[in-house]
Amino acid sequence: MIVNFKKRLGDFIVDVNFNLEVNGITVLFGRSGSGKTTLVNMMAGLLIPDEGVFEIGDRTLYHSVDRINIKPERRRIGYVFQEDRLFPHLTVKANLFFGRRFAPKTNRYVNPSQVIELLGLANFLKRGPMTLSGGERQRVAIGRALLSEPRLLLMDEPLAALDSERKSEIMAYIERLRDELDIPIIYVSHSLEEVGRLADNIVLLSNGAVIAMGPTADIMGRPDLRPHTGRHEAGAIINTTVTHHDNIGLTTLEFTGGSLQVAKLDLALGTSVRVRIRARDVVIATVVPESISILNIFKGEVVEIIEGNEGAIDLRLDIGVNLWARITKRSSNELNLTPGCQVYALVKSVAIDRHSLGLIVPPRQK
Amino acid sequence: MLLSLPIAIAIAWILARKRFFGHAILNAFVHLPLVMPPVVVGYLLLLLLGRNGLIGEWLWDTLGISIAFSWRGAVVASSVMAFPLMVRAIRLSLESIDIRLESTARTLGASPLWVFISISLPLLVPGILTGSMLGFARSFGEFGATITLVSNIPGETRTLPIALYGATQLPEGDGMALRLLIFSVIIALLALFASEILARRAQRRWKR
Repeated sequence: MIVNFKKRLGDFIVDVNFNLEVNGITVLFGRSGSGKTTLVNMMAGLLIPDEGVFEIGDRTLYHSVDRINIKPERRRIGYVFQEDRLFPHLTVKANLFFGRRFAPKTNRYVNPSQVIELLGLANFLKRGPMTLSGGERQRVAIGRALLSEPRLLLMDEPLAALDSERKSEIMAYIERLRDELDIPIIYVSHSLEEVGRLADNIVLLSNGAVIAMGPTADIMGRPDLRPHTGRHEAGAIINTTVTHHDNIGLTTLEFTGGSLQVAKLDLALGTSVRVRIRARDVVIATVVPESISILNIFKGEVVEIIEGNEGAIDLRLDIGVNLWARITKRSSNELNLTPGCQVYALVKSVAIDRHSLGLIVPPRQK
Repeated sequence: MLLSLPIAIAIAWILARKRFFGHAILNAFVHLPLVMPPVVVGYLLLLLLGRNGLIGEWLWDTLGISIAFSWRGAVVASSVMAFPLMVRAIRLSLESIDIRLESTARTLGASPLWVFISISLPLLVPGILTGSMLGFARSFGEFGATITLVSNIPGETRTLPIALYGATQLPEGDGMALRLLIFSVIIALLALFASEILARRAQRRWKR
């Protein structure tokens, strides 16, 4: 996918140019006002760029020099908005099937009954959208976009209007979609929780420009990008594999250089899981702690010390993979931490819950 | 009225959605019959549509149709008087439609025409009903413009208010006037009920 857009909106300029292998979920990440929505609107054809090129595969959807601008209805790009935007005068079923009559009759890959079952919509079909809860409506909106047989699905902060429980529920549905339907998704978000759980790749936007892109763990681990990836909710993302379930309610996740014990996960052995460990859930010790309730103790080396504000500092540790720890300046001074120090990093098992996990699908054969 | 409804929807659409040079002029022109005394509108129409008028002469020469002093003129007069009310109601309801629903429908593959038929028009139903009701009320009661344009020809241009007025002018017209009065009350009530029921049905469909 080649994305090259220039667009001026008042004082704000969006100027992006990147080439992306669309596969799985790509998160467009950035603060509010960084140009994410403008960018996806231009992809959908709802906003016309001043100049640029937009290609998916061998299909040119926009080219300012060649004067190509495919209309939104011909782009075959599904769009799930922040608000559900269901049609109030149609039933759930009519909403779901609205776009289907316009989709090509051959080469369809979406099976309506599978989507309805995946999104748990079977019981609502005859109802009007006004009678559904926010989460249910957003599920209908996702189903509606899918049934139009899109070749790319855009999701613009689809969880923004929902409470945290609904968010987690919808994220589970989105994971299922990605796993069972082979559809690339571009997902706009400014939430680290969503990124950690859903993103296979990240495109980092700031002030209308792309400042970095790549696999999630790489981007989130780069210290130079921390001002953009967010200080407050800082953390490391580690790719792990489920290797063991014991009978006292613990699951072992293995990664390069160690293993992590977490509360039991209902996942098959061998499943790839992305774990986000927040910096503030990591404790540092300089000697091996004894008689302690923490199961996850990693020996590692301090690589970098970054001064934060409010008396806190962030440590980047090498424990085989990158790990971040946030401690107070005072503790750091007392422990006399400097880059190169050998330390023990302690992670509470219960700090890692379903919300901080993302399932990784094995790379698909194309 | 059925004739003027599509035109009213089109004009309302243009006024609500488009900004162009002359927007204010079109708007004022559409609303003219609402503000001007009906007799003045009737006289204006007579000048335009009378057999020597600008449009009337052409109609008579090419098509052999006469508007003034015929039932067609009565239709034209009441349509023109009802038109601004219909446009206003439809325009208000158009402005309350979420345009984002329309762009959403586009991303689902619907062409602009289909978006209008399947999304905008159904959402406009309450506005169209209100507009039609107001329009109907106005044409039903229309007197001044009608009598100026088409006079009072029994069986041709004698609308209900004109007939009622005529009856009250005759010494033996009391019985006739009373019958007309009862008749018009019944028609008015039926129209009110019908529009109320239709509007409620449209609303209920959304809340199922």
